[in-house]
Order: sequence, then C-alpha cells, then structure tokens
Amino acid sequence: MTNGSLDFEKPLYELEKRIAELRQFTSEKDIDFSAEIRSLEEKAESLRQQIYSNLTSWQRVLLARHPRRPLSLDYIDRIFDDFIELHGDRNYRDDKAIVGGIGLLDGRPVTVIGEQKGKDTKENIARSFGWPYPEGYRKALRLMKQAEKFRRPVVTFIDTAGAFPGLEAEERGQAEAIARNLFEMAQLEVPIVCVVIGEGGSGGALAIGVGDRVYMLENSVYSVISPEGCAAILWHDAELKAQAADALKLTAADLLKLGVIHGIIPEPIGGAHRDYDEAARRVKEVVVRSLAELSTLPVDELKAQRYAHYRKLGHVVRPPKSTPGEMDTR
Amino acid sequence: MPSFSDLFRAKPRYITVKPPRPEEKKPRDIPDGLWLKCENCEALLYKKEIERNLRVCPNCGFHYKVSARERIEQLADPDSFREFAADLASGNPIDFPNYQEKLAAAQEKTGLREGVVTGEARMDGYPLILAAMDFGFIGGSMGSVVGEKVTLAIERAAEVRRPLVIVATSGGARMQEGILSLMQMAKTAAALGKLAGQRVPYFAVLANPCTAGVMASFASLGDVIIAEPGAVVAFAGPRVIAQTVREKLPPGAHRSEFMLEHGFVDLIVDRRELRRTLTQLFALHGVTREVSQ
Repeated sequence: MTNGSLDFEKPLYELEKRIAELRQFTSEKDIDFSAEIRSLEEKAESLRQQIYSNLTSWQRVLLARHPRRPLSLDYIDRIFDDFIELHGDRNYRDDKAIVGGIGLLDGRPVTVIGEQKGKDTKENIARSFGWPYPEGYRKALRLMKQAEKFRRPVVTFIDTAGAFPGLEAEERGQAEAIARNLFEMAQLEVPIVCVVIGEGGSGGALAIGVGDRVYMLENSVYSVISPEGCAAILWHDAELKAQAADALKLTAADLLKLGVIHGIIPEPIGGAHRDYDEAARRVKEVVVRSLAELSTLPVDELKAQRYAHYRKLGHVVRPPKSTPGEMDTR
Repeated sequence: MPSFSDLFRAKPRYITVKPPRPEEKKPRDIPDGLWLKCENCEALLYKKEIERNLRVCPNCGFHYKVSARERIEQLADPDSFREFAADLASGNPIDFPNYQEKLAAAQEKTGLREGVVTGEARMDGYPLILAAMDFGFIGGSMGSVVGEKVTLAIERAAEVRRPLVIVATSGGARMQEGILSLMQMAKTAAALGKLAGQRVPYFAVLANPCTAGVMASFASLGDVIIAEPGAVVAFAGPRVIAQTVREKLPPGAHRSEFMLEHGFVDLIVDRRELRRTLTQLFALHGVTREVSQ
C-alpha cells in the first residue's frame, strides 16, 4: 500500500502522481507541459469513472475499511459546533471505542454518538480498534436517555468491525448491552438518525443503529457477519471473502433494495477519504434534512413509524390462505 | 465435559465403560439405538430412560438438547398447545448460494418448516404464549421467519395479555439471509418494548447453546431469565473468541453458571423443575389458572 491506496486504485494514484510531477516540472523548469497534463487528466478522469462506478462488493469492503477513511470524530468536528465529549457509562469505565457528546447542528443542540476507530496503532489500542465493549454501548444508551430527557435528537455514526468478542466483554454482558440498546432505541421519544460511515459490523453496529432514518455512505458496508467470517464458516476458507462479500449483499445499494436503509449518501469520487470536508458536508445535509422532517412528528407518530419500519423487515413466504393464529392442521 | 459443578457431584453409580479406542467426537444429540453412553459421565443408559427423564442424564444430570416439539410436549399441558403461524416459510431473499438446499435438509431432518414453533398453550392450567426454538434447524439460527414468528408470539401475548415463555437455543442470526437476519434482532426487541408497555411478563429460558444474535436480542430481555444447567450462554462463543482475539478461556466461561455469577441470568433451573418454576413465576405475576375444557 502506497499513500494508503488500495490495489485496485493504484493505476489511478500513479497517474495522479505523474500529473503532479509534470505540474511541478512546469513551474520549476518553465517548460510547457499543458497539453500532456490535459491528456493525462482526461485519462485519469475516465479511469476514475471506470474504477469507481464498477466497484465490487469486496472493493467496497476495502474502501469502508480504508486506513485513511474519515472516522466518527472527523465528521463530528466538521458537522457540529461547540461539541463537548462526555465520557463513561457511570458503571464500569469509559470505553473509547464509542465517543459521544452534545453539539450544535446549525445552532440546535443534538446528542451525537459514534463508533471510533484509531488513526494509528497507539490510538487503535486505546480504542480497542473500534470494537466496543458493553460499557461503550451502555455509555451510548446513557447519552440517548439524557437526550430524551432534554428533548434533543440523537445522531449516531456507525463504524465498527463488531462488538468486542472476548472474555471481559462476556463477563460484563455484551449480549445484554446490545439487546438493551435495541429495546430502548426502539422506544426512545426523540428522533434518531443513524449513518453508517464505514463498517457496519453486525450486532455491534445495530446496537447504536436503530433509528427513524438509517443512511449509508456510498462505500460503507453493513452485514450480519464479516465476509471473512462467512467464508470461514461456509467454505472453511477465509480467502473466499470476495465471494462471501457478494453473497452477503452488504453494500449500500443492496440494503436500500432490501428496505433496510432509507437512503445512500454519495461520496466524493474515489471515496470519502479523498475529501473529508465534502463527505462531511453531504452527511450533514442529509442529517439536517432528516431531523427537519422528523421534528414535525408528534412523539407517538414518530415511535409508530419507527416500529413499523422494523416490523416489516424480513422476507416471509406466506401460503395464500395463511392467517396468523390459524391452527396447525398437519 | 468437566464443569465446575462436577466437583461436587457424587461418583457415577453406573459402571463406566472406556471406549476401546479414541473415537471421533460425536454430536451431542442422542444417537439411535436402544442404549447409549452419556456424553458427560459415560454411564451406559437405556435410551428410553433418558427420554422419560426429559433428556436429562439420570446419572449425572447432563442436559441433552431437546427439539422444539419435544420441548412443547414437556412444558405444555397435554393437548393444550395450539400452534400459530405454522405455515410461514423462508424464501431466499438474497439468493444465497445453497440456502434452499440447506432449508430443505433442515426441514427433512426436523420435520419443521422453520426453526421455531409458536403457539398458545396451558401449563398446569396457566394460559400462556409459548415459543420453542429448535437447534436442529440450521443451528437454531434466526432468519426472517424465526424473527417474524417470535414477533408474532410477542404481539399475541400483548394482545391476549398472557405471559410469554420463549425457550431460546440458537447459534445466532442466520447468515444466509444476510442483513435481514440482523434486523430480526431489532424487530423482536422492538416488539418486546410493546409487551413491556402492556405489563405482560416475559420469561426467557436459555437452553444449550444460546449465543450471538439471539442472545443479543430477545433472549437477554426477559423479565426473568432462566438458564438450563451447563448451557453455553454467550454473545461470542468460545470458538469465535479463540479465532478473533486469541484469548484463552478459563474452564466454565460462557456457561450458565458463569452468566449467573456475573449477573446476567436470574436463575439456573434443572429441566425437571422447569415447569414447576415457570408456573410458580406465573402465580407470582398474578396470572390465574384457566379451567380445563
């Protein structure tokens, strides 16, 4: 990996590097390369279109996990003013794999919660690589209940490979913490908008992902299991991850088609990591619009609509004259 | 399989027979044939005896897995069970490779259309809504239909105001339905919110094993959570932990006793006492007996 580029991006990155070199040459040596630059730029543009309009599911997984992909705090910094981070679950400790706090969204207070990976090894260790522990989910819930109390809407950013799977997490009730959040988020009396910004790793993602509107960034993924895990279980070979990524239907387009999410937020071409500001601007636009719509709804209607969304999810084959409650006559 | 409680158990009263050679590990189902050797204490047992004993080893108390139908037979009063939503079936919503074959094989093996059986029943005269999962059906995994049937059961309990008992045993969300399986966690948890609003009690019974997506949704949300002895009860099972974080686990971690100790299970109840405990809980929650027809 050079400049943090992924294998499939390399030709483009190399081309861009040559253009930059020619530009520098032009200014330093005063030789006119403008024709060459123009032709290379055209080539780069068509290559860009070619690469990014035909991404495979696995390539999107790689983009979602891109080492330079903007993380929750990158979005929080750009979207909210006067953000104050609040810490701890008031029970065990502060889990840095989840950040949360209060900020102003166009002047209105909002509670913000995000799963947070690290930018480097040291930060990743402090944040357990963005794998939350139960106390992370409990902190998130505490902040959501606080938001409910003060009638602030909640915005969550989802970006985790999954809830931490380890002995300590078990001892402190990882399953209970996730279940509790699903239960409480389904009933929370303020609007919730969730955005999958990177990896939506199974229950660990869903635990802050039950909302009135759920969006995915174009190159984010959201899945019941990682492609590697799926391939290992099904085909006993984690290397078949690309096939598993296809089979799992984990892209934003897949989830929109399945009715799980409400919309896709397009990324700057080449991915959100190419332009943090523009990516954040697009996320903000969608969050602002959603909250404007949701804030007009009475609480009961808000909750009823949220329930109805989750209630209908799933694919069930009903024989023609089936009615629930019918006796089994087999 | 040695567990903490084994330390306090009397020596087996039966003659134990050592296998002539180390055999491959057998599944923890009861194999065919008249006799079997207990997987746990190695006592040689008459198969009928184990069945009569609710599939608990009469010698060591080891709890074998129980199918959904058999569980309902064990818990419901004779002829009181009225199944609903029996004809809901799974499609292949994300065209997952070989899913239909897998479903067909599971149906063939279990005689069930899907991995959970739900209905109305009476238990010692107490009316209830009863759901029993079947681990034999693709590892008790929760896809759309399991999620839908559990949700319908919860909604029915809220509607008719009868206590809800769910016997949960599952490896988690069903991979073959992708994200739709994950969403069943949210769906069932949301429905339980409605049930709680109606103040109708929900008793979760965790049977071996109960892990991942099911444990991280409705199975952890009982007003009272009962686990069977020695059951694996966890978010991430021992194998997942070994693979992902390469942690070594102390013996007995992930079992009911461990979860009881750490405060995530209300009580551990021997299967032979389960009916009695549940009916006691019904009475304590003000449920009244119905007169048998």
